[in-house]
Amino acid sequence: MKEITYREALREALLEEMQRDKTVFLLGEDIGQYWEGAFKVTKGLAEKFGVERVRDTPISESAIIGASVGAAITGMRPVAEIMFGDLMTLAMDQIANQAAKIRYMFGGQAKIPLVIRTPFGGGVNIAAHHSQSLEAWFMHIPGLYVVVPSTPYDAKGLLKTAIRDDNPVIFCEHKLLYPIKGLIPDEEFTIAFGSADVKREGTDVTIVATMFMVHEALKAAETLGKENLSVEVVDPRTLVPLDKKAILRSVKKTGHLVIVTEDCRTAGVGAEIAAIVAEEAIDYLDAPVIRVAEPDTPIPFSPTLEKFVIPNEEKIIKAIKRIV
Amino acid sequence: MNMEKTVEMYRKMLEIRLFEEKVFELYGQNLVPGTIHLYAGEEAVAVGVCSNLHKDDYIVSTHRGHGHCIAKGASLNKTMAEILGRKTGYCKGKGGSMHIADFNIGVLGATAVVGAGIPIATGAGLSIKLRRTDQVAVCFFGDGASNQGTFHESLNMAAIWRLPVIFVCENNLYAMGTRQTQVMLTKDIADRASAYGIPGVTIDGNDVLAVSQATEEAVLRARSGDGPTLIECKTYRHKGHSRFDPAAYRPKEEVEDWLRKDPINRLKRHILQEGIISDSGITEIEKEVTRSVDEAVQFAKESAFPTPESALEDVYV
Repeated sequence: MKEITYREALREALLEEMQRDKTVFLLGEDIGQYWEGAFKVTKGLAEKFGVERVRDTPISESAIIGASVGAAITGMRPVAEIMFGDLMTLAMDQIANQAAKIRYMFGGQAKIPLVIRTPFGGGVNIAAHHSQSLEAWFMHIPGLYVVVPSTPYDAKGLLKTAIRDDNPVIFCEHKLLYPIKGLIPDEEFTIAFGSADVKREGTDVTIVATMFMVHEALKAAETLGKENLSVEVVDPRTLVPLDKKAILRSVKKTGHLVIVTEDCRTAGVGAEIAAIVAEEAIDYLDAPVIRVAEPDTPIPFSPTLEKFVIPNEEKIIKAIKRIV
Repeated sequence: MNMEKTVEMYRKMLEIRLFEEKVFELYGQNLVPGTIHLYAGEEAVAVGVCSNLHKDDYIVSTHRGHGHCIAKGASLNKTMAEILGRKTGYCKGKGGSMHIADFNIGVLGATAVVGAGIPIATGAGLSIKLRRTDQVAVCFFGDGASNQGTFHESLNMAAIWRLPVIFVCENNLYAMGTRQTQVMLTKDIADRASAYGIPGVTIDGNDVLAVSQATEEAVLRARSGDGPTLIECKTYRHKGHSRFDPAAYRPKEEVEDWLRKDPINRLKRHILQEGIISDSGITEIEKEVTRSVDEAVQFAKESAFPTPESALEDVYV
């Protein structure tokens, strides 16, 4: 085992897959030799693989994704980087109407081995155009996979799987996760989509959390553990496909569910998970399901404002105490 | 121009025209669900362009796409079956008239979002460049699409990377009911090419020989690694935008003028004048094409509809 950061884990996945498969190439704004990625994920890769395979693009999100779709349906495996998740909006036709639908609409003729990496999430005081979490948007579009890794191990294993998959994958990263460290094996590994990970076992309450919120949930679980409350933290790791079984198994065991995500509360990730539990395990619930999410505002700038809207350990503990 | 190629272009153009006349007829018999966007009047563009392409070259098409696909070699049977919503159609009934695709002959599909195909063709060009083959990618789009941001983004991207892409703008003067002059001051859309540092040519899109000639040069340029070309073909649709559009916004004289410039009659006159083939040769082609279109109708009508549950298939690999 070795300890590396989330950022390094992503880089290792890109590097290994580019070495393994010559059809894998990267494109995006400022990912190449001069800037090496806004968050330095692609550091050193242009130097190693050349500017043909680690391609700086114009500021043209629609064309970045459209060109990736065109390359993917003609034999390449592009990994596109969109510098901030908020800018996915600029490429939404290509993502939602083209990448997601081409296979279906053309009767299964096409494969679209395309990965779109992008960082979501707040916490770094860069306001409403660089901080939102739009994972739920992509869950709502059939034909896309949505991946939400919370640790270096998950990031590496899931990115390798994403690159090898023949479907378009929205690979969500989180700005606050890039520097966090974690252990990964020295030997090669991948993680299958649709397999949740129980990040902490417990018997009294289930928290389903994603991305940076997994870490806040683990802190809350630790704190509550000292008060003799046993909290289980389930990390779905991929939202599409979603490991419903793992969530239902945990809820059936604990009878209590709190869902912690950083997206807006209304029609968000938590709404979908709550609905699944209501449909398939309502008799096992001893209390209402609680969503801890962003309160339907754009993400504000000033630290006092931003801290107020983004979920954290304190808010999670408060939510749990409402139902136990 | 090679005589055999000229005759072949005539046959293809006629095939598209007669195929679509049949589609129109079947629509009237309630056999075509949804809507249709007919290509009649614009056949010289698709055929002139595709006559210069190899089987493994790519095209990206539009909602008005029957002509592009047939010109690239799509099966009439499978196209007709798709338009009629049958399971034997190209997309197993999931796409319909606006979404014909045949990946085996490089038809990367018709997209019905105006302008959305332009970056996709650019990506096919990027893929060709990275795979180091001598293929080219052609993107068909209309005058309306040239006002989309994707046009600008894609032409710039293809230009800087010198991608083997040919951007073919079918300027039929109207984006649905909106005249070109209402929405752009540019007279010739090909002028926009200079903004990206690439060649742009405006040609008579009803002259298949001119289209073929311009495409030949663009294809040569693309295959030699010299990058993209924008070809603007001035043309006209004989019918309205879609099935229910009587196209009342077009002056009668304008329509009549363009009907006189019909690309198929024009090529026929040329073929006869030059003595490339005789009247009886033309009649023979007409018979053969009529037969293959009739066969396509029969094939489509006899084909079953897809099973309802197949709606759940093909979302993911």
